[in-house]
Amino acid sequence: MTQPQALSLETIGMTKIFGPLVALGDVSLKVEAGSFHALLGENGAGKSTLVKCIMGFYQADKGSLLLNGQEVNVRNPRDARALGLGMVYQHFTLVPCLTGAENLVISRADAPAIIDWAKETKALEAFLERMPFRAPLNIPVSQLAAGEKQKLEILKLLYLDQRLLILDEPTSVLTPQEADEILGLLRGMTDRKEISVVMITHKFREVTAFADSLTVLRRGQRVGGGKVSELSTDAMARMMIGDTQITTRATRIEKAPGAAVLEVAGLSSHDEADKNVLDRVNLKVKSGEIVGVAGVSGNGQSQLMEVLSGQRPVHEGRIFVRDQPFEPTRDSFYRLKIFGLPEEPLKNATVPRMSVSENMAFRSFDRPPNAKWGWWLSPGPMRAKARELIETYRVKTQSPDSAIGDLSGGNVQRAVLARELSGDVDVLIVANPCFGLDFASVAEIRSQIMEQRNRGAAVLLISEDLDEILELADRVAVMSEGTISYVAPIGETDRATIGMHMAGHD
Amino acid sequence: MQEAAQAIVPAPVAKEGAEEFWLRLRKDSEFIAIPLIALCGAAFLFSLFLLAIGKNPITFFELVYRGGFGTAFSLQNTLQRSAPLILTALAVAIPARIGMVMIGGEGALVIGGFVSAAVAIPMLERVPPMLALIIMAIMGMLAGAVWVGFAGFLRYSRGVNETISTLLMTYIGIAIMNFFVEGALRDLTNPNKPSTKPIGDAYMVGKIPGTDVHWGLAAGIIIAIALHILMTRTTFGFAARITGGNPRAALAQGLPVGKLILACTAIAGACAGLAGFYEVAAIQGRANASLAAGYGFTGILVAFLARHNPIAVIFVAILFGGLVASGGLIQRRMDLPDATVLVLQGLIFLVLLTSETLYGRFAIFKGKSAGDRT
Repeated sequence: MTQPQALSLETIGMTKIFGPLVALGDVSLKVEAGSFHALLGENGAGKSTLVKCIMGFYQADKGSLLLNGQEVNVRNPRDARALGLGMVYQHFTLVPCLTGAENLVISRADAPAIIDWAKETKALEAFLERMPFRAPLNIPVSQLAAGEKQKLEILKLLYLDQRLLILDEPTSVLTPQEADEILGLLRGMTDRKEISVVMITHKFREVTAFADSLTVLRRGQRVGGGKVSELSTDAMARMMIGDTQITTRATRIEKAPGAAVLEVAGLSSHDEADKNVLDRVNLKVKSGEIVGVAGVSGNGQSQLMEVLSGQRPVHEGRIFVRDQPFEPTRDSFYRLKIFGLPEEPLKNATVPRMSVSENMAFRSFDRPPNAKWGWWLSPGPMRAKARELIETYRVKTQSPDSAIGDLSGGNVQRAVLARELSGDVDVLIVANPCFGLDFASVAEIRSQIMEQRNRGAAVLLISEDLDEILELADRVAVMSEGTISYVAPIGETDRATIGMHMAGHD
Repeated sequence: MQEAAQAIVPAPVAKEGAEEFWLRLRKDSEFIAIPLIALCGAAFLFSLFLLAIGKNPITFFELVYRGGFGTAFSLQNTLQRSAPLILTALAVAIPARIGMVMIGGEGALVIGGFVSAAVAIPMLERVPPMLALIIMAIMGMLAGAVWVGFAGFLRYSRGVNETISTLLMTYIGIAIMNFFVEGALRDLTNPNKPSTKPIGDAYMVGKIPGTDVHWGLAAGIIIAIALHILMTRTTFGFAARITGGNPRAALAQGLPVGKLILACTAIAGACAGLAGFYEVAAIQGRANASLAAGYGFTGILVAFLARHNPIAVIFVAILFGGLVASGGLIQRRMDLPDATVLVLQGLIFLVLLTSETLYGRFAIFKGKSAGDRT
C-alpha cells in the first residue's frame, strides 16, 4: 500500500449569505500541499462558516473549491470524507465507552456488519507501525487523558486516509505541554508532506511556533495573510481586530491585599456515582486581590463554581465569607454581597425566554423599589433600571422587553455583568467570563473585573484560558483532579511551572 | 473604519412606547396563531377519519356547535362541564410554569371529591350547610394539595419523574376511593352502584342565579384570574418563572427551589381537589366511580392548548366543555360511538405537540432583526 500524499486546497471566492448577513464574502485562500496553515479571526469572523462550506455542512452560495488543483463539488460531509478531507472538532467525537480500536473500526464508512476482530487488530497494528505516534487502543476512551484522546482523534482521520486535516481550536482542552506535543507531531507530518493542516485558532503563540502560512478573516472577509515568518504577532492582531481602538484596558492599582474574605476549607463534593469531583479544596481570597484558578478543562473547576453558586451540594468542608459560614441562600448572597459570573451565562445565569429587563432584576426583584410590601411586583421601576443598565453597559437589544435568549453571546454576557456588578460587590466569583467573545468585549469585561478588585472586592477567577489568568490574577492556583495542587503569587511563577502542575506533575 | 468601531461599541438602542408595544403584540400573537393552526390541522385530520368511516364531517362539526353552543340549554350544559376543566387544567398549567409536567389531575380530583364526601357524612344534620360546605371544600382542596404536593416532594428530594409518578398515583387514587366506597363507606341502601351515602340536598352547592350552572364555574374563573395575577405580578410568580425557565439560574440566585416546587404542586392539587368537591357537591351528590369521568385527562389537553396561561385556560376549557357536552348528541344523531370525541381529542393533542416546533419559524411574528452576528 502506498503512502497517501498530502493534498493541496484552494478556495476561490467563497461566499455564504444567511438572510441579511454576509457570513462569508468572496474568500479565497490557498493551502499548499504539505503546509501547516493557520486560520485566524475573532468569533463571528467567518472561520467556522468557511470550514463548514469546505466540509460540506453548508453549501456555499458562490465560489469553488479546488483539491490538488482540480475543482471538486462537495455536497455533504460524506463527499468531503471521500475526497480525503477530515476534521478535528473542538470537542471530542470519540465514543467514550468504546476502546480506541473499536472507535477506529466503526468510524470506517465500509465497516462490516460482523467485525472480524483478529483481522482488524492486525490491520490496526500494521497501520500504527506507519504512524509517527501511537495512542492506546485497548482501553475505553473515557479512561484516556485529553491529550491521548486528541491524538486518537487525529489517528482516526489518518486511519480513514484523510490527508487534509482541518482542526478547530484543537488545543483548547489540552495542557500547554500536550498542545505543543500534538502540534509538533502534526508539524512533523506536514514537513514530510504526509498531510496538510488547516488550524483554526486565536492563539498567536501556536501560529508562530507551528504554522508556516496563515489567513486572517474579519467580518466574513479575508483581510490578510501570508507567510508566518514575514508577519509579527502585532500585525496579525491588527488584521484581526481592524482599526477598532480598544480603549478599556485592565489597569491594576498596586496595593497590598486586605483581610481574607472568601475562605474555602477542606471542600469535597461527589457526583451521582459517589466519585469525588472536588477533593478537599482549600483556598483563600483576600479583599482587593484576584485569585486565578487555572487547570485543564474537567479537573473540577466547573464543580467548584457550582458549589460556590449553590448549584451543587457540599458533602464535606466549609465555606466562610468574612468568617461567617456561607449558605447559598438569597439572604446570604444579599447580606454578604456575593456576586457571580458563571460560565455560559445563557445556561447558568439567565432564563432565556424571560425579558432582558426581568433578567436584569434577578438580584433585586424581591426588594424595593421592584417589590411593594415584599410580594407585589412593580414593573415600572424594574424597566427603568433596566433601561439605565442597558445604556451604561451598552447592551445591544431591541428593547428591554426582548427575550434575553434572542441576544448575541456578548450582549448576554454584558447584561449579566450589568446585573452582577452594578451594586456594591464584596465577593465576585467568575468562571470563563470571556469565552467566545470578541476582542473589544473581552477587554471591557476584564477591565470591569479588575475594577472590582481595585475597589476592594475579593475576586475568584476560574478560567481555562491561562493568558487570562496571567493577565488578571494576583495569585494563581492550579486545579488538578479536583483539588488545588499549587498556589503561587503571579510574580513568582511562569507558564511552564503552571503547565506542569496542570498536567498533574508535582 | 468608522463603521467597524460603531458595530463593536453600539449606541444604545432607545426605542420607546408605541413601537415596543407593537413588537410585543406581534410576538404574542404567535402564541394564539399557532395553537389555532394546530386546532384546524387536527379538525382536518379528524375529517379525513370521519370520511374514511363513511360519515359527513360537516354534520359532525355542526352537531358540535349545536350540542355545545347552539342553544341556551346546550351552552349551560357546556359551562357546567367547563368548570371542572378549568380547575384540572390549572392543575397542569401551574406546575408547568415551574418546569414540571404533571398529569395527575384526575387522581387529585377523585381524592378531593372523595374526601369532601367522606367528611360531609359525619356532619350531616349536625353542622349548618354553609359551614359544612366550606369545610368540605377546604378538606377536598387540602387532600388534592397533599396528593399532588407529594409528587412534587418526590421530584425535588429524590428526583422521581413527576410525570410518571402523577400518572401512576392517579390509579392509586381511584383505587383508594373504590376501596372505601365498596367497603367501609358503602351506602348499603343503594344496591346498584357502590357509592358513599348521599350528602343530601341541604349540602348541595346551588346554581348561579338565573342559570342552570353551578357555582364551580365562577370559582374556576376567579381562581384562574387570581393565579394569573399570582404568576405574573408577584415576587412568588417571578421566582417560580425563574425556577421553571432555568433551575440552575434559580439556584445561583439563592432561590428556595424546593419550597417553590412544593408550593406550585400543592396549588395544582388544591385546584383539582376543588374540582372534585364541586363534582360531588354540585353534580353527583355522593362519591362513586363516576368521579373518574376523565376531566383530569381532558384538563391536560386544555392546559397545553392554552399554553399554560391561566386566562387562556378559561376559554379553552369552555371550548372543550362544548366538545364533551356535544358527545351525547353526536352519538345519537350520527350513530357514532362516544369514543369518537376521544379520537378528536387525541388528534388535537398530537397535532398540538407537533406544532411546538413551529415557534420562531415565521418571520411575520418577529421584529426586525437587530443584525447581531454570532
